[in-house]
Amino acid sequence: MVAFDEMLSGDTGVRNAYSDYDRWFQKQDPTRLNEKMSDAENVFRKTGITFAVYGQEEASERLIPFDIVPRILSGSEWRRLTQGIEQRVQALNAFLDDIYHRQEILKAGRVPRSLIAGNEAFLPEMVGVRPPAGVYTHIIGVDVVRTNENEFFVLEDNARTPSGVSYMLENRETMMQLFPELFQQIKVRPVENYPQLLRRSLAAVKPDGAPDRPTIAVLTPGSFNSAFFEHAFLADQMGVELVEGQDLRVVDGHVAMRTTEGYKQIDVLYRRVDDAFLDPLTFRPDSALGVPGIMDVYRAGNITIANAPGTGIADDKAIYSYMPEIVEFYTGRKAILGNIPTWRCSEPDSLKYVLEHLDELVVKEVHGSGGYGMLVGPAASKKECEEFAAKLKAKPHNYIAQPTLSLSTCPILTEKGLAPRHVDLRPFVLVSDRIQIVPGGLTRVALKEGSLVVNSSQGGGTKDTWVLDD
Amino acid sequence: MLLGRTANGIYWMNRYIERAENMARLIDAGLRMALTRTSNTSDEWASVVVSAGAEAGFRTKHDEFTARSVTDYLLRDTENPSSVMSSIDAGRINARMVRTALTRETWEAINSGWMVLKKLLSRPIDEPDLPRVLDTIKRETALIRGCFYGTMLRNEIFDFAQIGTYVERADNTARILDVKYYVLLPSISWVGSTLDNYQWESILRSVSAHRSYRWVYEADYRPTNIADFLIVNGRMPRSLAFSYRMIEEHLGFLARDYGERHACHDTARQTLARLQVGSIKDIFDAGLHEFLRDFIRDNNKLGNQVAQDYRFY
Repeated sequence: MVAFDEMLSGDTGVRNAYSDYDRWFQKQDPTRLNEKMSDAENVFRKTGITFAVYGQEEASERLIPFDIVPRILSGSEWRRLTQGIEQRVQALNAFLDDIYHRQEILKAGRVPRSLIAGNEAFLPEMVGVRPPAGVYTHIIGVDVVRTNENEFFVLEDNARTPSGVSYMLENRETMMQLFPELFQQIKVRPVENYPQLLRRSLAAVKPDGAPDRPTIAVLTPGSFNSAFFEHAFLADQMGVELVEGQDLRVVDGHVAMRTTEGYKQIDVLYRRVDDAFLDPLTFRPDSALGVPGIMDVYRAGNITIANAPGTGIADDKAIYSYMPEIVEFYTGRKAILGNIPTWRCSEPDSLKYVLEHLDELVVKEVHGSGGYGMLVGPAASKKECEEFAAKLKAKPHNYIAQPTLSLSTCPILTEKGLAPRHVDLRPFVLVSDRIQIVPGGLTRVALKEGSLVVNSSQGGGTKDTWVLDD
Repeated sequence: MLLGRTANGIYWMNRYIERAENMARLIDAGLRMALTRTSNTSDEWASVVVSAGAEAGFRTKHDEFTARSVTDYLLRDTENPSSVMSSIDAGRINARMVRTALTRETWEAINSGWMVLKKLLSRPIDEPDLPRVLDTIKRETALIRGCFYGTMLRNEIFDFAQIGTYVERADNTARILDVKYYVLLPSISWVGSTLDNYQWESILRSVSAHRSYRWVYEADYRPTNIADFLIVNGRMPRSLAFSYRMIEEHLGFLARDYGERHACHDTARQTLARLQVGSIKDIFDAGLHEFLRDFIRDNNKLGNQVAQDYRFY
């Protein structure tokens, strides 16, 4: 099975979107490009754009490998893609509002009730709570894969606290430093205004009683968190405070931060802390990362929490398989972007099929993320498959399975020149009184030849993603 | 608007960078002494460890004061919380925590300084390499300070940074002076005399003042002059008086900006007043050791008060 290559497809040679880039590339001296590659690494290391890999003490600060060949989408490809994403994001917010209020989709029998009731991501505390401006998921990173010229599929809807946007911005910054001449020759749509858009977007969903210029803060679990760089980066770029749980407390019915001059009210909190840790009085009592009592302030309508607590019910992998129905139910139209066919192992027929075809499927934990706890059938040994089958039989409801798609490839620069590697794409979506998608996103690339796993925690890298202004 | 935790991070980041630099200077002075001395050098190295306030920790790991054991403990040992490596590590951890409060240049200077020193200090240092290693430490910390002074806005963040730097520096100068005087001055009656003892130079060298001393005083080393230089001289950038003038100034900026004075302001003012009263002779008459002991105690108290008054925790 030959994968669709986004630069060099079959018989036509170089695809249109890449023609200008290819012309430039052919004129480059390979040695110089290799130098640029190590320049890029130095830039990243010096700025401290690192991420932590859990369970690897020595490598506690590692760089995500960066490839200097951009991933390029034409303007028309991007327009089609964004229409599908917008539709999906609308449906996600409508679904969340419905689930925490009238539950019409359950009454209509389009999504099984058991999937909600027994789901950890569903927060009973959110029932009947309407977030400021009615928005539940404000910042979304929809993972999209491509299989050929016209087929894009959604792999995951990351509607809780998607990360990676700082890499989108730093990758562009690095590319512009390394190849300024390229950006003069090729019109690439800018992504740099993302932090301003994010700030505006957060301000637009402030609570009713908040001042015209609300105080916004980013809540981080702290500097030892794997995504701390991104938290600091976004706070910095937006010009807002970066706070930890220990800085916050509830004062006079509002969440306030401890400053050198006393406590100061916060109106909008962009939190990068999981639901379970948000409020020790409501959720995990041992959490030191959250704010005791913040949920009471939230229910009283005195703070905006982005994304809202309980949004996880919408991007749960078990719910994912119902997304085509969900999109149709709330938007009245067929989903523009397809889902990957998914077997829910909780259903006996599906489980039987999955066990019989383990060597050709990708099996994922329903609540897992970051590529941990998954099995890539075609790449796994017989022994690994057998071990996984045992886990699957023990807890079938914990897993879903999907076919191994022939993900598109995009070339990376290796010592032997260009070589195709599988990629995915995470565009970033902002929801407030409008939906905005910055033209670009995070392209993740599996650096190992033939590998389909693009997660940075599993040896994946990133690329700058260009949307052409054509 | 500044988070209390951020003020804390800024303050400690600067204390640790200052500490790393002072440690390198102290070892430099020790090395110099060991090189110029013909007899046993173990006393010199012991004196360096005592000046660094690291004697108890050192003795749990080493039996002998040798160039190797002392430099290893003070430069590289991560079990020694004041070693150069520990200080740079702690400085960077604090900087990382507050990186949104730093200019990009400052953060990059700290981060690359940390990378350089981590590599440099990953293996034991051979004595011939020591001068080069110490130079690198001083250069990296100077780069950090240079970036900080050159790019940071003069606001409350800068004030907390300066307070951290000078509280650490004053502590360092006071301790070196206390230890060295105790070791070097055979009897109080020697105070006014000229001592033909090259050891005095080591005090000045450990605060990088051996050249500037000669610009201010005569070429010979008199205990009173050295104490005058390091305690009451307001133009010597590592003296106690200079450090406290800076602390007072920056605490004053905070009081003005915030419109509020705290207990730390009174402590700083009292300490500065004691440094400005009379001459060095008065201090000697009342007992130098007692004076320095009280100073170190009050300086420590000031640090705690700043943390409390500005809600560091």
